[in-house]
Amino acid sequence: MRKIQLIFCVAVLVVSCKQTVKKEQASTVTVPSYNYEELAPLLSKKDGKVYIVNFWATWCAPCVKELPAFEKLRAKYQEKNVEVVLVSLDFPSQVDTKLIPFIKKNQLKSQVVLMTDPDQDTWIPKISKNWSGAIPATLIYNSKKSAFYERSFEYDELENELKKFLK
Amino acid sequence: MRAVKTILVCSVFALITAFTLVPVEGYKVGDIATDFKLENVDGNIVSLADYNEAKGFVVVFTCNTCPYSIAYEDRIIALDKEYKSKGYPVIAINPNDPAASNGDSLADMKVRATEKGFTFPYLFDKGQKVYPQYGATRTPHVYILKKVNSKLQVAYIGAIDNNSRNPNSVTKRFAADALDALLAGKTPEQRTSRAIGCSIKSL
Repeated sequence: MRKIQLIFCVAVLVVSCKQTVKKEQASTVTVPSYNYEELAPLLSKKDGKVYIVNFWATWCAPCVKELPAFEKLRAKYQEKNVEVVLVSLDFPSQVDTKLIPFIKKNQLKSQVVLMTDPDQDTWIPKISKNWSGAIPATLIYNSKKSAFYERSFEYDELENELKKFLK
Repeated sequence: MRAVKTILVCSVFALITAFTLVPVEGYKVGDIATDFKLENVDGNIVSLADYNEAKGFVVVFTCNTCPYSIAYEDRIIALDKEYKSKGYPVIAINPNDPAASNGDSLADMKVRATEKGFTFPYLFDKGQKVYPQYGATRTPHVYILKKVNSKLQVAYIGAIDNNSRNPNSVTKRFAADALDALLAGKTPEQRTSRAIGCSIKSL
């Protein structure tokens, strides 16, 4: 009988420990920092999926305004081989104070990475020769083609652009 | 007669749609820039024609609210200090529509110019007429103009330098290098550059 009690106690302990670990994991958001060489593979995957890569920052009002459209698109098309990547251009010094709290508060589900490469004059034209550097900006690509947009999107407009890649 | 009328109507229609559908490209290096008349934070109307002595201008589209503009304020002041006496004063223009960008009204601009002690005009692009002509897309966005036979030729378009976030890590001073070249009677080596910036705000 004692043995059973002990096993029960241990089991309760293990379970409760596991639960706290899980909770902590859920509330921990980490954002990887990339330079251009590290970011580039995310911009040229050839795995049959369509990638929607949005360049944004928490300080950019029109970017923040259009984020729900990207999240909605992700939710609707995630089973259809579509992935959304949010490339943040927030200042590295504000990751803990602005970016991560923003991701938590808005419960962003899309993958978020931080682009920290300071040499913008070199990497901006590599992403698109049509990009002046203004954000928001969005790259949509699959293994066959890509399109770049230096503009804001409403949901319907974004979905229409995506559909050109799903044909 | 009717045919002529139809052709006329059609061509007017074609012209109108052509102008509305084709995005304005703005200036390229080598183009002649137009002058403007815009209100300054001190209440005066400023025009480039007012500067008889200038050899050219450092026109900077910038604003109160963009973190990149704010990060560059001290460097814009430094550019003006260094190059105004050499004949290239800074002329800052705020291209944002204050109705679309809270904090960018002329009143807000006055506050910021006083706080930072701007040594150059800080003009309000009322009705957003000037920035589309130049083709500015973001803040900050620099256009260096050089006087050639009393016309203003675009000599450089782009960023101030190659590190927006950290002035101590700058390795290329694009705008200053272009100005030094112009002052030496040379063509700037790098005549365009790109940088991340805030899109210009319109309703």
